[in-house]
Amino acid sequence: MDQFWQMGGYARFVWPSFGLALAVIAWNVWSALAAHSRARARALRATAMAGGRDGEPS
Amino acid sequence: MATWTWFHKLASPPYLYRTAGRLLPWFAVPAALLMVAGLYGGLVRAPADYQQGDAFRIIYVHAPSAWLSLMCYSIMAIAAAIGLVWRIKLAHALAAATAPIGASFALLCLVTGSLWGRPMWGTWWVWDARLTSQLIEFFLYLGYIALHSAFDDQQRADRAAGLLAVVGAVNVPIIHFSVYWWNTLHQGTTVLRAGGPAMPGSMLWPLLMSFAGFTLFYAAVACVRLRAEVLARERNASWLQELGGA
Repeated sequence: MDQFWQMGGYARFVWPSFGLALAVIAWNVWSALAAHSRARARALRATAMAGGRDGEPS
Repeated sequence: MATWTWFHKLASPPYLYRTAGRLLPWFAVPAALLMVAGLYGGLVRAPADYQQGDAFRIIYVHAPSAWLSLMCYSIMAIAAAIGLVWRIKLAHALAAATAPIGASFALLCLVTGSLWGRPMWGTWWVWDARLTSQLIEFFLYLGYIALHSAFDDQQRADRAAGLLAVVGAVNVPIIHFSVYWWNTLHQGTTVLRAGGPAMPGSMLWPLLMSFAGFTLFYAAVACVRLRAEVLARERNASWLQELGGA
């Protein structure tokens, strides 16, 4: 098990790479969901205030 | 003509919004499974490289992130071109949704490449053709995002950023072919090469699973971001009233 964590002496290069990859994946998930949540809230507020129009193709 | 109906329907904001929502689990679940399998295979199952030892395992995040950054830029540029030529607003929405995803993986590619280069080449960075062109691609992503945010008017933002995306697309083949056109420190192609991949199966299969997983991950995240872009652009549309109960 120790050998696995040591990564043949390259642990300080390998594990930060995988850690950063996980961080980037997590950020992508979180920021996309947050962007959708914000946009949804703004759109619902705007629709409630404006009364809406027909959604024709753009 | 009926065969193209599905494509034209994608230009309808409510249809695109609902379709992206329906497709999301079909991308997200396989993405998660493939990424976990690929990373497990790369970290645990694949043998150490005879020259690079366990440092080579960085390839299981570095190569898929490089692939994703190039794929995202290509999608962004094609979508922007469609938006500019045919004036389809939702094509610009796809480009805007793709940019932050591509930028984050371009950065991941650069940093993991640096972490791999230090023990192998003895340096964190070298101004060779592959690394330099990849850095330029990251700057192009940042430029697109900054330009898009700089305009209050959505149409002007889409046009300006779209032009940058299209012009910057020339960098994509430069990145890919740089290892052939110039004498670079960066190694040549490992998978897509004449004569087959330069890797045994035990190393190759986890890499291919990682490539597939990262690609599906992009599709899943792009679905969510695309829905956000549609909502931002259709803020006053009546079809949004249906969302109130969801």
